[in-house]
Amino acid sequence: MAELSKAATSAEGAAVDATPSVTEVETVEAATEAEAVAAVEAPVERGEPILQVRNLVKHFPLTQGILFKKQVGAVKAVDGISFDLYQGETLGIVGESGCGKSTVAKLLMLLETATSGQVFYKGQDITKLSGRALKAVRRNIQMVFQDPYTSLNPRMTVGDIIGEPYEIHPEVAPKGDRRRKVQELLDVVGLNPEYINRYPHQFSGGQRQRIGIARGLALNPEIIICDEPVSALDVSVQAQVINLMEKLQDEFNLSYLFIAHDLSIVRHISDRVGVMYLGKMAEIGTDVQIYDHPTHPYTQALLSAVPVPDPEAREGRERIILTGDVPSPANPPSGCRFRTRCWKAEDKCAAEAPLLAVPERFQGSDSPAAHESACHFAEEKDVVHAA
Amino acid sequence: MITIDKKTDVPAPRGAEDSGGSLLEVRDLHVEFHTRDGVAKAVNGVNYSVNAGETLAVLGESGSGKSVTAQAIMGILDMPPGRIPKGEILFRGEDMLKMSYEERRNIRGRKIAMIFQDALSSLNPVLSVGYQLGEMFRVHEGMSKKQAKAKSIELMDKVKIPAAAARVNDYPHQFSGGMRQRIMIAMALALEPDLIIADEPTTALDVTVQAQVMDLLADLQREYNMGLILITHDLGVVADVADKIAVMYAGRIVEQSPIHELYKRPAHPYTRGLLDSIPRLDQKGQELFAIKGLPPNLLHVPAGCAFNPRCPKAQDVCRTDFPALVPVTEQDGTELPGRRSACHFWKETIHG
Repeated sequence: MAELSKAATSAEGAAVDATPSVTEVETVEAATEAEAVAAVEAPVERGEPILQVRNLVKHFPLTQGILFKKQVGAVKAVDGISFDLYQGETLGIVGESGCGKSTVAKLLMLLETATSGQVFYKGQDITKLSGRALKAVRRNIQMVFQDPYTSLNPRMTVGDIIGEPYEIHPEVAPKGDRRRKVQELLDVVGLNPEYINRYPHQFSGGQRQRIGIARGLALNPEIIICDEPVSALDVSVQAQVINLMEKLQDEFNLSYLFIAHDLSIVRHISDRVGVMYLGKMAEIGTDVQIYDHPTHPYTQALLSAVPVPDPEAREGRERIILTGDVPSPANPPSGCRFRTRCWKAEDKCAAEAPLLAVPERFQGSDSPAAHESACHFAEEKDVVHAA
Repeated sequence: MITIDKKTDVPAPRGAEDSGGSLLEVRDLHVEFHTRDGVAKAVNGVNYSVNAGETLAVLGESGSGKSVTAQAIMGILDMPPGRIPKGEILFRGEDMLKMSYEERRNIRGRKIAMIFQDALSSLNPVLSVGYQLGEMFRVHEGMSKKQAKAKSIELMDKVKIPAAAARVNDYPHQFSGGMRQRIMIAMALALEPDLIIADEPTTALDVTVQAQVMDLLADLQREYNMGLILITHDLGVVADVADKIAVMYAGRIVEQSPIHELYKRPAHPYTRGLLDSIPRLDQKGQELFAIKGLPPNLLHVPAGCAFNPRCPKAQDVCRTDFPALVPVTEQDGTELPGRRSACHFWKETIHG
């Protein structure tokens, strides 16, 4: 049964490369496991790509029947995504719920197996690694979860929670040294080191998220994937956690993949931002390019829908209000996926899927509008400052 | 089947009685919860009022008592463990806390309706949305099932649910989050109430859907000239829709103000801190200002001003004396209409 569904997935899983312009990945050939481990542990210069995602696809099969399961379709959660994460930067990923941003996080953590596509970590395709090399990769990519109430085991003390990664990777901290290391981490994230024997329920939401961050830092990773790390927190506490994350990034030279639906927070923390819609990347660029010079209609609609905390702006500001909901990823629209809600849609949009590339009209120009945008009719429009 | 015509007490046309007094007035409301660990004082003397056609935003973090106040107004507070030791809730001049159960039941739904935060858990998953919408008409108006269904379809059209007639028999799980919230709004609107209390109506929704829902709510409010109490923690949403605002902290209102004034010149350090701690969409700032510390435990609210352990301006007087909610004036003494602040140092905060 399992084979059946697998076979069907791979048959239709071959997505077209929607991102022709991304740079070729310099792969590191490693014949033996030892070479692979060495490649993974080699340092990366600041500003060099550390994680390169190429045409990543994840389809969840939809099956019917009990004994003989037959595949009737697939939820195309992630459908051909490519991007680079550079050393020391923060890449923000935004999008509505159901657009596949959390699935991307799970794929990068290897918590889900990709249907197709590659994830290169320092030139090694981690979707194909196994054994010692994989373990070394896992040490270097850690995650901070959304809900600080359910991501900590209520029966473990804080010391056990933060120290658990050392059980799996004992080479990072010898047994006798662990308690001291955990206390150090508590101090780093701004908690009292004496809290080491307390249980999660004795902490508030913001403090729990700090514990989650300490756990993520335990193994000195190079990349931290943050899946909505502050969306469950109160406004006044949110700012504390964001400031902490920025401080830690400088201190430990971390690269963040920051997934969130709050566009203001993403702008605050990110160097570059990618906008996702229904499993595809709609637009990607630096924060100024995306927020001040968006060219994709979806980005423009998303930005204009964010309520601005300034009552003076409410009369003057142009709001683009999209009609309808996000279509089902099990049956996405043909061509451009956004066309069903887009006010610019024409026949071409239904027939031809737009590629994620610098739009032709902006090619060769120095303006900030010249960044990758997957729209046939890309046009610059400042929706954030327009008054 | 007998249909009872209860139409005798149709709400009188609006306008005539609106001229005198406000629609809803909360006076010195206290709510406490008796728990094993002691008495949690969730609401400690809240005063606010709403007029017809007006939007009051109640802003606060979790545990500030904003939802508990709303539940007390609706009369859906769990009692026990909850208790209302003191206070008045006047609806059109009549104290609802002194009314009989039946009288309050008549007001609930017909005069005051509520929209809850989480639409999925507020709707019954085993009944169709048409049945749940129609319940309002069957119970309150004594309509037949058929009439009620026709009314439900009308309502679903009103809140812009596409293909309402075809979807009236669908179940809540068949709708998306935004559509479910529309059904909640339709349910609140069913009997054309005078006042709607919306408790975080868009917190669980995406920004694009949030914009749709807030727009719809504003349109309907205008159409029916309803009063709206919007409970939220989102300063952005508040700025978009509210007329006036009440900021709550540890069960008290710490600042009251017309909307434009508050964002320009906050008169309480907590409000100022909140405004400074939100990242902006239109500019990339440096480090965010963060209010240090945590909201207080309601079992042990600090003496004096509840905000004093977190306040950058706190002095000795703040740790001992309880600041009253006093009117805020200009430097020359002219009163600023509708503005009040519960801070010993409001002068320094607003003018400094």
